[in-house]
Amino acid sequence: MADTNISAQMRAAVGREIGRRVSYPVSESDIRRWALAVYYPETPPRLYWDAGYADTTRHGGIVAPEEFNPFAWLARSVEPARGVDPAQNPDHLEMTLGVPGPGLKFQLNGGMAVEYGVPMRPGDVITAVNRLASYTEKEGRLGLMLFTVTEDTWTNQRGETVKRSTMTGIRY
Amino acid sequence: MTQTTTVEVGQEIPTFRRTTGLHNWNRYAAVNDEFVDIHMDDDAGRAAGYPTAFGMGNLQWSYLHDLLRQWIGEDGRILRLSCQFRAANTKGMTVTARGRVTAVRGREVDLDVWTEADDGGPLAPGKATVVLP
Repeated sequence: MADTNISAQMRAAVGREIGRRVSYPVSESDIRRWALAVYYPETPPRLYWDAGYADTTRHGGIVAPEEFNPFAWLARSVEPARGVDPAQNPDHLEMTLGVPGPGLKFQLNGGMAVEYGVPMRPGDVITAVNRLASYTEKEGRLGLMLFTVTEDTWTNQRGETVKRSTMTGIRY
Repeated sequence: MTQTTTVEVGQEIPTFRRTTGLHNWNRYAAVNDEFVDIHMDDDAGRAAGYPTAFGMGNLQWSYLHDLLRQWIGEDGRILRLSCQFRAANTKGMTVTARGRVTAVRGREVDLDVWTEADDGGPLAPGKATVVLP
């Protein structure tokens, strides 16, 4: 068994930008449909679909549920452009960064964490910048487990932070 | 809403509950462009080792947000939330999102939050910090 799956090249890539996306402008109907889906079968809060009501709240208009994803149905731009390598390849991240990957067979979503800033609103254009935050590893039941943390920072068109989130991928 | 009540460590907040299946998951797939066989097709769910198709981890994530929003109301704020995905939300399962207060600093409150299956088994446990109105 390898002592480590974290090569010098992988370690040197920590902190690098993996990619960035810019959304199309968020629309009221995107927000309304998102809210309907995540509250189904009950009616979602009016703040998410009734502009007249939302205007009277402290938000001064419709806002999106915090976890709303403005990148679901295409983005205005995606860098780097999607290559031929499927994201299902466990080495996808390293391939995107142009370094050799660890070649592990299995991958799991180890969890996510978010810190919210200002809410997203209709008309917002969101820029998401994704970075490689860390590699760590630990001996587990299934062998040496590689934990990869990536960090996503979203800002709106005014440069305000919408959220900072991290995802932990587990490979073994 | 919590404005008129005192929040105490150990307090459980009102639950958020949904009985889940293709009606929930297809709607979520439609807004998040998340059309994956394991979330749509029982055969694909079985091939992955589960008795049926199963719901998206991202929808568990939304249910945790719904739980917090239901408690703090639209004048409250979710500052931080995290969760891990431990088990699958299979078809027909009633998913209950729960939260328990772990710390109170003025209007800022930390909670343990989680979704659980019909038998109480954890699906997506996590932690949250909210600001009460």
